[in-house]
Amino acid sequence: MGDRRERRERRRVREFESFVAGAAGRLLHAATLLTAEPSGAAPAAQQLLVGALSRTYADWDRLRGEDPYEHTRHDLAVHFAHHAWRYRRPRGGLLGRLPPQERLMLVLRLYEGVAEEQVAATLGLPVERVRELSKRGMAAMLSSAEAGGDGRQGIRRLVSGAVFREAGAPDSGGLGGARRGERAGRDPEGVA
Amino acid sequence: MRLPDRKETEVRAMLESGTPGPVPTDLAERAMLLGLRTAHRRRTAQWLLWIFFAAAVAFAVWAAVTEPWVGPPQQTTPPLGW
Repeated sequence: MGDRRERRERRRVREFESFVAGAAGRLLHAATLLTAEPSGAAPAAQQLLVGALSRTYADWDRLRGEDPYEHTRHDLAVHFAHHAWRYRRPRGGLLGRLPPQERLMLVLRLYEGVAEEQVAATLGLPVERVRELSKRGMAAMLSSAEAGGDGRQGIRRLVSGAVFREAGAPDSGGLGGARRGERAGRDPEGVA
Repeated sequence: MRLPDRKETEVRAMLESGTPGPVPTDLAERAMLLGLRTAHRRRTAQWLLWIFFAAAVAFAVWAAVTEPWVGPPQQTTPPLGW
């Protein structure tokens, strides 16, 4: 009995170690982008990642075919979103000028390639909010790449304008729908 | 499914561009230690919850059997004629 448990534990350790050996590089890069630390000296990112990995390890026997990489990424994202205020201060990383939520969107959407709907479900946000945050983050990144200066306010105004215009489009669609509904409502009268 | 636009590709390239720092060699070990502690804590919490549940069931059974809220039977009859 004890022998079997020991063997299972040994196998778990082996599996976990090989998982970490394969995935830690990419996950650490993602965590470093999130905490906005310079790569190479990222103690907060390491701590964030160790926490997420430890919870994956604790759940290892209950994963039942779930991808441990996705499990860890999910945990990392949720944990980061929950403690975002800790990472507000820029620390000299690539995404340092972005607020934590925008960083998270860029990392999940673009670096990890997670679908908008999935990001929204993971973080409990509406899809529109996810779209807006990642758009804002992208605009800030592009402006800083082009200008190198602090064009953040201008970009913010630009982006909110774009969002406003976009929000207007479905609105008019909604009006059309209402009109259609009106017509549909009147039709039976015509028949009668 | 929409195609990724130029801006997305550009920002993605920026995110991928940074050279990732070296992964500390003891990362897995640290995670395992912390994970064991988490698992232990969860197990303890679960155990306590079960103990509480068992105690509640035992109390309910005892109470149903002995009915402690019923007073002892009257030893004397109430006086007549008042």
